[in-house]
Amino acid sequence: MPFVIEIHDLTKVYSLGEVEVRALDGINLNVDQGDFVAIMGPSGSGKSTLMNIIGCLDRPTGGTYKLDGVDVSELNRDERAIIRNAKIGFVFQSFNLLARTSSVENVELPLLYGELGLARTERRKAAMDALHRVGLQGREGNHPSQLSGGQQQRVAIARALVTNPAILLADEPTGNLDSRTSEEIMGIFQKLNDDGKTVVLITHEPDIAQHAKRVVTVRDGRIQGDERVNQIRVNTQGIAPPVPVEARK
Amino acid sequence: MKNSVMRFGNITVVGLKAISRNKMRSFLTMLGIVIGVGCVIVVVAIGNGASKAIQDTINSLGSNFIMIFPGATSQSGAKSFTGNSTLTPEDADAIKAECPAVAYVTPNMRTSAQVVAGELNWGTSVYGVNPDWPFIRSWNCSDGTFFSDSDVKSATKVCVLGATVAENLFPQGGAVGQTVRIKNVPFKVVGVLDRKGGNTMGQDQDDQVIAPYTTVMKRLAGQSKVSMIMASAAAPDQVQEAQDQIEALLKQRHRIPPGADMDFMMRSQEEIAAANNQQMSVLRTLLISIAGISLLIGGIGIMNIMLVSVTERTREIGIRMAIGAKGRHVLMQFLFEAITLSIVGGLIGILLGAGGSELVKNVLKWPIVVSPSSIIIAFGVAAAVGVFFGFYPARKAARLDPIDALRYE
Repeated sequence: MPFVIEIHDLTKVYSLGEVEVRALDGINLNVDQGDFVAIMGPSGSGKSTLMNIIGCLDRPTGGTYKLDGVDVSELNRDERAIIRNAKIGFVFQSFNLLARTSSVENVELPLLYGELGLARTERRKAAMDALHRVGLQGREGNHPSQLSGGQQQRVAIARALVTNPAILLADEPTGNLDSRTSEEIMGIFQKLNDDGKTVVLITHEPDIAQHAKRVVTVRDGRIQGDERVNQIRVNTQGIAPPVPVEARK
Repeated sequence: MKNSVMRFGNITVVGLKAISRNKMRSFLTMLGIVIGVGCVIVVVAIGNGASKAIQDTINSLGSNFIMIFPGATSQSGAKSFTGNSTLTPEDADAIKAECPAVAYVTPNMRTSAQVVAGELNWGTSVYGVNPDWPFIRSWNCSDGTFFSDSDVKSATKVCVLGATVAENLFPQGGAVGQTVRIKNVPFKVVGVLDRKGGNTMGQDQDDQVIAPYTTVMKRLAGQSKVSMIMASAAAPDQVQEAQDQIEALLKQRHRIPPGADMDFMMRSQEEIAAANNQQMSVLRTLLISIAGISLLIGGIGIMNIMLVSVTERTREIGIRMAIGAKGRHVLMQFLFEAITLSIVGGLIGILLGAGGSELVKNVLKWPIVVSPSSIIIAFGVAAAVGVFFGFYPARKAARLDPIDALRYE
């Protein structure tokens, strides 16, 4: 099985005037294709920095990072933008949907910037398919303000899926959700993982991390623990019907 | 190629959506450009209208028209003529007799007087001329006839009324054959002139009385100097020739040695028109620069709002970058937004300007000439303003760091 993420001796140093801060201090991490990895750690552990580098938002100071077989550690801004578009699907804690923009248009967004050059109808169809995969039939035309938090996060997951990326990179995806909705969202990640999608989850909550297959613990810029866990399975049968629309905001 | 065209299309879709999501703000942003473009069009239309009206008045003098004024031009400018005019009626007769390129000549002496007819009276200007006057001015009587050479020779007390004077003294009509008193001298009305209407300087050209110059000299003005000699060349292409002949003749008659200052000056219709054109172009430049400044301020308004918009939408920019927008995409989006705002604003401004021009024309009754070039230039400047003032905010957006932008609250 090839590695989808290969990180070797990765360092990230921020210089704050005279002081050098080593946010990452020699990280080695390989992720199998189709795996479901949770990266755990308290705040200040360097997990956000690691996520930014894995997500190609930032460049490492040293070491190498191969994503889907491509060395991305030396790429420039525009090249990283292309990689983000094609190979990474982001899911954020605060959903980060465009306001006053319908679900389907939010999901279409990555295709507008892509190199694929899809026609309008193809984009619309891909966005619809992605929304259906996360169980949002009938919510295509709703704006984020007309959706519950869980529904908004599902739109965000659909947006992450629409380019068929190598990895789904979720940064505290349940941080703004109640426990029941968090379960639902984790269920969706599990379902997508079952379908073969590689998922990397950043979280500081141990019980959320237990929904992954593998938990990597980061502390002080180093990997402290790396273990296979007994995955807590969410019953995905019950989560498909959308919650009634409630006017928020 | 197809790919990049398609992606540019995508950027326009993105930009249009961003504009339509913020309709009120978009409208307020456009307002500066709307007003700027509208102003340019109305102001230029008013300027052109005034210029054209004045030009029409000058053209109505006839292309052969030549005026000879007493007084001289010196280094310090024109000396104004006072009571002691240097031109005489004999000069006019001599020009007519000896200058072959001149077809018609009349002396012109002006005096103001109260004209009385029965109970009614009217203050107006009285001009003393000879029967060449209707030919020089191409101005005929609508009623009666102009006086004749024999009236001039014998200084008959006859007069021709301008339409306004006739209307005020004889509201019932039938002025011809009646008698009016000018400075207590009774004059018989032999004709009423065609109505010409006001000229653009605000003067009513029909507010005048015309009489034989001999009569005006003897009975009204009490002096024999003329305020102006009007002439017309035999043909439009003989104006210069006529001017040369008149100059030579008058120099000889006034005994002016070669090289000395002349005691008269001459203006052809063309020269008057050229002088007027120059004045109007100064005025127009002034108006356009004022309108241009308002366009510039409109542009700064766009830049201001676009900068606010970039800050306000930092997070949106972060999201777009995270899902794969390149700096170029973001730049294009914001630039496109700015250009769209200025172009739509420009289009609304054109409608407003055209409407405003119509309003000025119909309500204020000003002469208005909407010039297509002003529309094209105003629109072009508006679009350029969009590019120029949109570029800086757009570049600022494009250079944001996606990590910082995503974290921005």
